[in-house]
Amino acid sequence: MQVQINGEPREFADTPLRLKELIEQLSLAPQRIAVEVNREIVRRADWEQTEVRDGDSVEIVHFVGGGNAGGKRP
Amino acid sequence: MSTPATALTDQFKVAGKAFNSRLIIGTGKYRSYDEMKAAHRASGAEMVTVAVRRVPLDHSSESFLDHLHPSLQILPNTAGCYSAEEAVRTARLAREALETDWIKLEVIGDQTTLFPDNEQTLDAARTLVKEGFIVLPYFTDDLIVAKKLLDAGCAAVMPLAAPIGSGLGVQNPTNLRIMREQLPDATIIVDAGVGTASDATIAMELGADAVLMNTAIAEAQDAAKMAEAMKLAIAAGRLAYLSGRMGRRLYASASSPIGGVVR
Repeated sequence: MQVQINGEPREFADTPLRLKELIEQLSLAPQRIAVEVNREIVRRADWEQTEVRDGDSVEIVHFVGGGNAGGKRP
Repeated sequence: MSTPATALTDQFKVAGKAFNSRLIIGTGKYRSYDEMKAAHRASGAEMVTVAVRRVPLDHSSESFLDHLHPSLQILPNTAGCYSAEEAVRTARLAREALETDWIKLEVIGDQTTLFPDNEQTLDAARTLVKEGFIVLPYFTDDLIVAKKLLDAGCAAVMPLAAPIGSGLGVQNPTNLRIMREQLPDATIIVDAGVGTASDATIAMELGADAVLMNTAIAEAQDAAKMAEAMKLAIAAGRLAYLSGRMGRRLYASASSPIGGVVR
């Protein structure tokens, strides 16, 4: 299946895939990140039972150095 | 730094949380993590701000937060957002990732000047306050906007001193002074535009409760030295504000007795 992750298409063998497994397959450290599936935040406690399906859009964010501004007008 | 006389009594409070330092600093633009850490230490700051961004997928990135001293309060920001909707979305993600209700709200209105969009900021602030966030909004140094942000329930207001990253210092001292006088109970944090230590002192002398800066420290040739300079400058400005400065006179006024001069 194909899932958009942070705006990029990604292929996964399993379908559907639990969100927790998706994060593991991406080798992301699960601490202090936040995840949206189709623009809805999925609480960490719900990663285990949330299923990601073909065509879903996943957004994963973390923190970076910054003060003010940064980033271009979309 | 505070003098012993004021250290215990003159704390800076936001949303009921007390800080000994009135300097809040950014975490961007440093040439290395070591330099950032040295600057953070030298600044004495107890709160630092960080930005929310997409996780890079193609290389494992260490967590930026691991480079921040665990005692620092982390203030996530919505830097880079251009609409209330984006800012609210970013704030919610920050809360989820960091388990904090604190958010430095920033909605930029223009890419060249990086001036804030006050209307979108106000709109986002109202939404976020309703959702239980402790909102610290960056905005143009305008009393009326400040009042509206406070009416919306913001924990503090963060007027700019000058454009972000400009280093121009306080461009409109009158606006800040009026804001202080008209909003005596508000927490006012000057955010953006400070270039060097005297700029921070001026902001504090005008009655700001604290100053937030990033570039002035990060782009100094020696970031840690400038961070220490800022710590001292803010303490000096605060003490000067509390002391109640002398009045200005157009003409000289002798400070030695007029009588008894040897003729």
